[in-house]
Amino acid sequence: MSATYPDDLLYTKDHEWARISGKVATVGITKFAVDQLGDVTQVDLPKEGESVKAHEVFGSVESVKAVSDLFAPLTGKVVKVNSPLNDSPEYVNEDPYDEGWMIQVEMANLDEVKGLMSAEAYAKFLKESAE
Amino acid sequence: MTASQGEPRKTPLYEAHKALGARIIDFGGWWMPVSYPSGIIDEHKACRSAVGIFDVSHMGEVHFRGPRAAEAVQRLVTNAVGKLTDGHALYTVACHPTGGIVDDLIVYRVKADHFLIVVNAGNIAKDVAWFRQNVGTWCDIRDASDETALISFQGPKAQSALAALTRADLASLRAFDFVTDVDVAGVRSWVARTGYTGEDGFEVFCAAGDARRLWDHLVEAASPPGGKPVGLGARDTLRLEARLSLYGNDLDDNTSPLEAGLGWVVKPESGDFIGRDALMAQKAEGPRRKLVGFVMLGRGIARHGYPIHDLAGGAAVGQVTSGTTGLTVEKNIGMGYVPTRMAEPGGKLVVDCRGKMIEAEIVKGPFYQRPREGKK
Repeated sequence: MSATYPDDLLYTKDHEWARISGKVATVGITKFAVDQLGDVTQVDLPKEGESVKAHEVFGSVESVKAVSDLFAPLTGKVVKVNSPLNDSPEYVNEDPYDEGWMIQVEMANLDEVKGLMSAEAYAKFLKESAE
Repeated sequence: MTASQGEPRKTPLYEAHKALGARIIDFGGWWMPVSYPSGIIDEHKACRSAVGIFDVSHMGEVHFRGPRAAEAVQRLVTNAVGKLTDGHALYTVACHPTGGIVDDLIVYRVKADHFLIVVNAGNIAKDVAWFRQNVGTWCDIRDASDETALISFQGPKAQSALAALTRADLASLRAFDFVTDVDVAGVRSWVARTGYTGEDGFEVFCAAGDARRLWDHLVEAASPPGGKPVGLGARDTLRLEARLSLYGNDLDDNTSPLEAGLGWVVKPESGDFIGRDALMAQKAEGPRRKLVGFVMLGRGIARHGYPIHDLAGGAAVGQVTSGTTGLTVEKNIGMGYVPTRMAEPGGKLVVDCRGKMIEAEIVKGPFYQRPREGKK
């Protein structure tokens, strides 16, 4: 079981996380988002080669309750998609930071990383929005 | 009990849900559990395989008493109240003069001069006003919603688990039978063989002040075979698999029972009920649209409000009223209104899932039917 908000990831106010490795960011949704959604039954993602733009919708997650948009944390080209989620959407619930990753983006603008939150800042943001 | 304005209300079991770690949301003016920590899928399966326990205390209970009680109830509802005997209940709707549905209801005949109507939580104020406006002078109408708790106990193990708590002869209760004033775990209760999941099961009424005690006993009794509390999330997936309509989604003031596939609760010969003329006219002409059940053929989940098209494309011809992932049937399922010409089982329609056009096939009857041991 991983940490609730791992320190090596960066976060957005839309409850996505990004793991930065060179020019490539791996993207998924946070434990908080997963808890809000409940059991995920379908994940709709862009195709490899498509572009995504920071703060814009790049896909959607269907849970047993409802459908929710996914917002890209960063701008760039999708270089890899976690296709096992097609058949096993439950990975998002079970392991949101590892098996449940969604897309890898080759970043177009590395400066955008500065706009993301640390784990600590994200936890603080959640605490403040709950109040 | 009524307004969805201001702070939502709590059922007598609110603290029990909190203690179980439920995710609680404002549902039509009530703080209700959507799911408990094990999650909707697990709760759904527990109800299909063992027992699901549901707090439905937000629903309304309205008593009709007096020599003209039967007449008053019949004036309000479309099904044949006159055919009920003591200890039996029926499913029905109350209609406007237009034939639109005021609410869908269960009517219980306690005695010849005492009927209980159980109404949807979101409609309590509307229904009580409607009842009083139309038949308020015919008999005594008392809204007992606040002082009455209701716990639903559903699933293949419901009877055996409940039998451990009561001496009431559960085996002799058939669907829609009920008994009053029986002892369940030391709590004075009414027990009805009714439910909203497609499973066999019971609904237990008790005084609000006794609800927590009864709930705790029911949870304990259900636990050995794998039963557990179930929130509104799985209540919705369970009822939709059984293709039971939800007022506000599939039924409303502008849909008629004939359109909604509820023609079987409309019995024009039973009396001069409100909406009778409109419904008879509609029946003679045939309804212009019908509520159909469909299975998604492509990858997509239909949701309430998504437009429905025919295969030819063009403008939307109807709308999805309910949709979800059918967790037992393992298909994406839904219901929606389409023009009568399209409503044949086996026919295709196209659902606009947020811009993605996904084909679906119309199917007849419930998506899920519980396995039955012979005939009843």
